[in-house]
Amino acid sequence: MHATASNAATAPAHTGASRTSTDSRNDLIFGWVLKACALLVLLSLIGAAGSTLWLGQDAFRTFGWGFLTSAAWDPSNDQYGALVPIMGTVGTAMIALVVAVPISFGIALFLTEIAPQWLRGPVASAIELLAGIPSIIYGMWGLFIFAPFVAEHIKPWLMNNFSAEPPDGQVSWLVQHVPWIAKFFSSEYPFFGAGVLTAGLVLAVMIIPFISSVMREVFQTVPTRLKESAYALGSSTWEVVWDIVVPYTRTAVIGGVFLGLGRALGETMAVAFVLGNTFKFSWSFLETGSSIASTIANQFGEAQGLQRSALMALAFLLFVVTFIVLLIARLMLRRLATKEGN
Amino acid sequence: MSASLYTTRRIKNVIAMVLSVIATGLGLFFLAWILWETLSQGASALKPQLFTKITAYREEGGLANAMIGSLILNFLGILIATPIGVAAGTWLAEYSRRSRLGPTIRFLNDILLSAPSIVLGLFVYTIVVLPSKYLSNGNVTFSGLAGGVALALIALPVIVRTTDEMLRLVPGTLREAALSLGVPQWKLTTQILIRSARSGIVTGVLLALARISGETAPLLFTAFGNTFTSLNPLTPMASLPQIIYEYTKDPSPDINTIAWAGAFVLTMFVLALSLIARFAFRSKVSHD
Repeated sequence: MHATASNAATAPAHTGASRTSTDSRNDLIFGWVLKACALLVLLSLIGAAGSTLWLGQDAFRTFGWGFLTSAAWDPSNDQYGALVPIMGTVGTAMIALVVAVPISFGIALFLTEIAPQWLRGPVASAIELLAGIPSIIYGMWGLFIFAPFVAEHIKPWLMNNFSAEPPDGQVSWLVQHVPWIAKFFSSEYPFFGAGVLTAGLVLAVMIIPFISSVMREVFQTVPTRLKESAYALGSSTWEVVWDIVVPYTRTAVIGGVFLGLGRALGETMAVAFVLGNTFKFSWSFLETGSSIASTIANQFGEAQGLQRSALMALAFLLFVVTFIVLLIARLMLRRLATKEGN
Repeated sequence: MSASLYTTRRIKNVIAMVLSVIATGLGLFFLAWILWETLSQGASALKPQLFTKITAYREEGGLANAMIGSLILNFLGILIATPIGVAAGTWLAEYSRRSRLGPTIRFLNDILLSAPSIVLGLFVYTIVVLPSKYLSNGNVTFSGLAGGVALALIALPVIVRTTDEMLRLVPGTLREAALSLGVPQWKLTTQILIRSARSGIVTGVLLALARISGETAPLLFTAFGNTFTSLNPLTPMASLPQIIYEYTKDPSPDINTIAWAGAFVLTMFVLALSLIARFAFRSKVSHD
């Protein structure tokens, strides 16, 4: 990079040598500034884990490993255990996955193989747009619309068929013969809509757009010649999907499911209203409970001392778990990026 | 024998197709249900005073302070996140080719994209709200600035990702042409590459704005809330999602109605932003 003679004439202050050195100095500074900004991404992840661990250390020290296994959450006696919020978080996320994954698979299948071409674009954009609705709206809908619906239609049916104390008074044949089932369907307040099941279903509705759009993108990467070969051999649409598309994209599909799981675990607002925020340990899906995120949202504002530290410790646990889940998701989805090249 | 096998396969296929259509119908039904309730409950609760009165008057009031607060918080968030995000994305796309750090940061950025926002809120509480006691006589003060930083942390990965993707779409010949003319790399980046990827980057910023305007959890312990209008970013500030959260929990049905009206305004704003980002700029940005 040498300045031309005419340049040097119009700008005498910049001789060839000095201009080259200015440019290279600027290049170096520019590169360092950009790199520092990129490192901020790294720093914020480390910072989020580090700050919650730092402020949560009192709780970890006081309760040790017992923090993970104790079901006590009692601010008046300053006793804190993470078991109930962990169970609530895992339980709601599992219900959400069990409901959302098959539906998302169906939607992705519909959008890539079944729907007529003119319908695919609009339906796909509609679902993606709905993924943008703020989660607090899902929470409101859950509290005002869906929880009463569950209390009126879903919960009585489940309790009549599966619980040991059904509202209609007749213990079902199933519960008489397989009594342990009733443990998962008991409820202290049979007419109350909030609970683990309701929260899980609201989460399911919320993550369906995420999972289905990842699955759709993934299904679209299957080379057309593979599918057409199978069709040419006389396969039905379902056989093409189940024997060609799914095996070809398995890793990435699981990645998409984990991405949805990561969202479900960390979600606060969609579950904060419909979980009930109680801290009594229970195996039942129909009982109220609390999740890590909803506990933090509800209690952090007024918490002091050890309670605040316990909430920070909960946040640390949540962050580590979602980090691992998202790490797995991204690793599985990354293989897709290399596959897309062919 | 072969006829019955054929029939079985056909029946299996029809069942799968029907289930798939039902799944799509069910998914669309629930999403339409949520949208419908928000729009119908919210539209019937809309009143002019929502935009002129503040939340201090409760049932007789409106959401003006929350809307102003949300605008300021979103503006702060985007103002902080855009330069950092564009710079980080540029580094990933243009400078990280020979470094092992590049793929690692790109990968971690994707994780930050879906990290639980409430934990990011607690992180900002630790680094911005807690240290404020050294500045103001030992009092810990929540502030709009802290809220802006929390939102910036959520907007950042979105902007980094779109900038990175958009710059990688810029043809390499453009870089070679500029470099062969003796243009230094920083000039090439700022004046040629970022300019040619500009509409994609703007889309990314708009998507980030849509994402943060609905965020509630990170604002609870940073901007905190305020029943009056606050224009000073060093004081606690109300925001629309946070007021919706408070008003939804409230036992009074009249207050719940105002929450629906707020939900309507918020949803409209977010959907309009995503529509503008997707259709006005028509680019291929992935959103997961």
